[in-house]
Amino acid sequence: MTAQNSNSAVLQIRQLDAWFGQHHAVHGVSLEIEPKTVTAIIGPSGCGKSTFIRCLNRLHEEVPSARASGQVWLENQDIYASDVDPVRIRRKIGMVFQKPNPFPAMSIFDNVAAGLKLSGIRRRSVLREVVERSLRNAALWEEVKDKLTAPGTSLSGGQQQRLCIARALAVQPPVLLMDEPTSALDPISTAKIEELIQELKREVTIVIVTHNMQQAARISDKTAFFLMGDLVEFGDTSTVFTVPKEERTERYITGKFG
Amino acid sequence: MNSVQLHEYMSRTHQRRKWVDRWMSGLLFLAALAALVPLFSVLGYVIWNGAGYLNWDFFSKLPKPVGENGGGMANALAGTCTLVATASLIGVPWGVAAGVFLSEYGDGKLGTIVRFATDMLASVPSIVIGLFVYTLVVVPMGGFSAMAGGVALAIIMIPIVARSTEEIVRLVPVHIREAGLALGVSRWKVILRIVLRGCVSGITTGVMLAVARVAGETAPLLLTSLNNQYWNLGITGPIASLPVQIYSYAISPFDEWHGLAWAGALLLVLMVFVVNVLARLVFGTGGSGRD
Ligand SMILES: Nc1ncnc2c1ncn2[C@@H]1O[C@H](COP(=O)(O)OP(=O)(O)OP(=O)(O)O)[C@@H](O)[C@H]1O
Ligand SMILES: [Mg+2]
Repeated sequence: MTAQNSNSAVLQIRQLDAWFGQHHAVHGVSLEIEPKTVTAIIGPSGCGKSTFIRCLNRLHEEVPSARASGQVWLENQDIYASDVDPVRIRRKIGMVFQKPNPFPAMSIFDNVAAGLKLSGIRRRSVLREVVERSLRNAALWEEVKDKLTAPGTSLSGGQQQRLCIARALAVQPPVLLMDEPTSALDPISTAKIEELIQELKREVTIVIVTHNMQQAARISDKTAFFLMGDLVEFGDTSTVFTVPKEERTERYITGKFG
Repeated sequence: MNSVQLHEYMSRTHQRRKWVDRWMSGLLFLAALAALVPLFSVLGYVIWNGAGYLNWDFFSKLPKPVGENGGGMANALAGTCTLVATASLIGVPWGVAAGVFLSEYGDGKLGTIVRFATDMLASVPSIVIGLFVYTLVVVPMGGFSAMAGGVALAIIMIPIVARSTEEIVRLVPVHIREAGLALGVSRWKVILRIVLRGCVSGITTGVMLAVARVAGETAPLLLTSLNNQYWNLGITGPIASLPVQIYSYAISPFDEWHGLAWAGALLLVLMVFVVNVLARLVFGTGGSGRD
């Protein structure tokens, strides 16, 4: 594909549809994500938020019977073009999941180094440097620097989630997807991760799914509101939360449904 | 029914329940005892008959020719180890590969067929496997061999290892696999380097149980590795093994050989027992197999 990306957006989503078997979970969504911004995806449970962001790194299609169609442009390339290898795309688009999921039977160090090691980088000095930088970026370095060989699963939930962020950052993806990264965490860990997101956005573009309105309002620049598979509204967070264009958005934000 | 009557009624049923409860506990205790009796009587009997012969000679000496006293089963012990090692070398990678296939791609038609075939293989009588290896390995190779014995035991191990591996690998949650995929790791690398890594202790347990199972197999060995009164050399010749040696001593007319057979049986039981206990211990220390 050679068509050019005309504007500054880092991700351009055009007419994205996603299915689980016969179930049409995302309906022709189009939106553009600016570099180094935080975009919050909000909407009631089951409206297709997870499905949508899992389409952005082509993880959706790993579910049996799931498929997607449409275009997602990343760096002048449609990641849904037929000649694109999803494995390479996923190195450019990191992901953090709802439940912290460090790799079992791997040390903290190995968890962070996994992405590099498994793509063939063996040099100890390189790995050490990347692990330290990633853990610092994930605001976890001070807490784990003396126990890098301890199992990743021995950390607390909040620490595990930051470990997963460090693991995703280690391969230096320009885009980071986060699917409710704080919903399994206590308020203090949540605050830490929110703070971290503010730091990270200097370097990376973040798309975050959240059920927490305050969180969306606090940390995001743009907000997309989904309802039953449709993108209802997308705009600056301040606008969406104060003077939404759609009545449905307003009703959701003010807690009238969902 | 007024409240006094109700109270009386309840205390009566309470009495009855207590009584029934006591009886049922007693019955359960007896049932548990009944389950343990066969194991402990076998163990006790083997110890009673064999312990006296389980001395240093037993572990260090070759069998003596008919008519001479003494001798041991050193070659049979070494032979069993060789056979089990050969079987593991073939059967473990094969079984693990089959198990991983079943857990990762086993939901389709091919998976169903493979799973069914594995279950069938697990229930094929071991003498039939011996016969199969006899025609497939012993005849073409021109004689009985440790190799043939190892192949027969490996075929018995494969379904055991495959099914236990499948179960263990299936326990690794989807979100771990997805985390690997999301890092830009290819599917087979995710399986090999991330999923299996967390399963090492579980798979080891399955392998050890399979080893314990085949260590005592006799029937297939009679048709494949036969026996040997001397130290065996290499895996291309016949080889002694504890079960076959026990068998040939047990059917002999000599009292001393009977004693040695009991000692061999005791050793075999102890080995299987130790491997079983070790297997549970390995799995007990963190099922997820931490580093
Ligand atoms: N693995 C699956 N198989 C079939 N249908 C699925 C699957 N996962 C999700 N769905 C369906 O797709 C729709 C969208 O689900 P999705 O997980 O994207 O919702 P969500 O907005 O992330 O919800 P939540 O806020 O609860 O996480 C739902 O109707 C759901 O039932
Ligand atoms: Mg979701």
